[in-house]
Amino acid sequence: MAAYREACESGKFVVSGEIGPPKGTKVDNMLHHIDLLNPLVDALNVTDNQSAVLRLGSMAVSHEVVTRGGDAIYQMTCRDRNRLALQNDLLSAHFLGLRNVLALTGDHVSVGDHKDAREVYDFESVQLIQCIKKLNEGFDWAGNELEGSTDFFIGAVVTPESDPIEPQKLKYEKKIAAGAQFFQTQAVYDMDNFQRFMEYSHGVTEGTDVKVMAGLVVLTSVGMAKYMNKFVPGVFVPDSLLEEMASVPKEDAIKKGMEICARHIRFCIDNKVCDGVHVMAIGKEEIVPEILQMAGLA
Amino acid sequence: MIITKQKPVEDIARMVEKHKNLFFVGCGQCSSQCQTGGEWEVEELGRILEESGHKTVGSTVVYAPCHELDVKRHFRKHKDQLARADAVLVLSCGAGVQSAVEATDLPVYPTNDSLFLGNSQRHMHFEEKCSTCGECVLESTGGICPVTRCPKGLLNGPCGGTNHGACEVDSDKPCVWTLIYNRLESLDELDKFREIQPPKNYNAIKRPGLVRPE
Repeated sequence: MAAYREACESGKFVVSGEIGPPKGTKVDNMLHHIDLLNPLVDALNVTDNQSAVLRLGSMAVSHEVVTRGGDAIYQMTCRDRNRLALQNDLLSAHFLGLRNVLALTGDHVSVGDHKDAREVYDFESVQLIQCIKKLNEGFDWAGNELEGSTDFFIGAVVTPESDPIEPQKLKYEKKIAAGAQFFQTQAVYDMDNFQRFMEYSHGVTEGTDVKVMAGLVVLTSVGMAKYMNKFVPGVFVPDSLLEEMASVPKEDAIKKGMEICARHIRFCIDNKVCDGVHVMAIGKEEIVPEILQMAGLA
Repeated sequence: MIITKQKPVEDIARMVEKHKNLFFVGCGQCSSQCQTGGEWEVEELGRILEESGHKTVGSTVVYAPCHELDVKRHFRKHKDQLARADAVLVLSCGAGVQSAVEATDLPVYPTNDSLFLGNSQRHMHFEEKCSTCGECVLESTGGICPVTRCPKGLLNGPCGGTNHGACEVDSDKPCVWTLIYNRLESLDELDKFREIQPPKNYNAIKRPGLVRPE
């Protein structure tokens, strides 16, 4: 299953959604979201113990996405596994038909629900990207030849609103040098700032096939927007959007958030800002089809 | 120096509840500075435990109880008191506790939790800057250690959790990658930041560490 890579390579504006596996074994709602979104997007990300909170595994759910006819972006963090376990999971994922991996360092255990756990970070994102590239070339990290190489499309993340931005830019360039082929950004809301970041990015990716997808998290209330500003590092919701969210009655806030998201998708397409979008509704995936429709994508 | 914190007194009392006669060993170096094992703390802990029926049969403050020979020397000097003791309490880091284990057959108990290898900044201000990882990277990071001072030990730059130059994990601490960036920039050595650093070699030091003359 190489649908996402093919979509990226075709030059079309790619769209991905996101599935957060449940905490437990009750999967009905998640399967409903997968079936709802699979036909509408080029791929679905599946998060890996997101926010360091224990959940059903990313590999199993990614496999389910593929089994149900879609393409999955298998998210893999370095927080919970050492280099043996990471490579073992990568080979297993490949065996299960997964072909897109998003390489992440992963949120620290102290922000999650097992605060007394030992964090691993044997690798970090840049090294994980290098490692996947090596597996693709037929070698494990230690340099031993594999009996059959992998064929992963390697993804990574970047935070355009990081403060300070300069160290983040250097890390972004290192991820590209390490072998990242596509990027999904941390949530962006200020399209002028994002456009400026992408101007810089175009300079860096010129002459490469690296694709960059804007990360768009749908605002569902003015409270959520304020929370993001206050508590989520690297996310900035500008005052104009806070005011826009506050301008409608509470019950219409989701609608307004969907409108803003659709408008930002359109902005990215019409101004050729980036190569696609990654739309995250964080548990409210049923609103994603309408957003894509509003943006003229479905 | 090794930074220590005294265990809650109730925990110490529970550890030694079956032993009446106690011998105390303090530390004249790190634990004195941390106020967890100097002369005053040795005396105070003895007094507190005496309130719950224990008896202090003797005490000594070893200059540096991580020196096993020194501890043995002190134990020889106090052999009469130790002969009357049912247990030894060591007010130092875990290294000092284990020196005492080498020096006596009596049960030995720790009164402190060992926290980290710390820089002393001023009275009772300690900060962890080196974690003895076995393979120093300070040459490539402007002399500022990301292995120790980034909660994730990142070697190739900041994570997305940089929060206006502070660390997402603890906003009281700076993002060490902001510090490293600023330092390398001022040294005109940002090329070192651009270089991809390999993962740590955890085989560089085989735990438990052991050094012998070559």
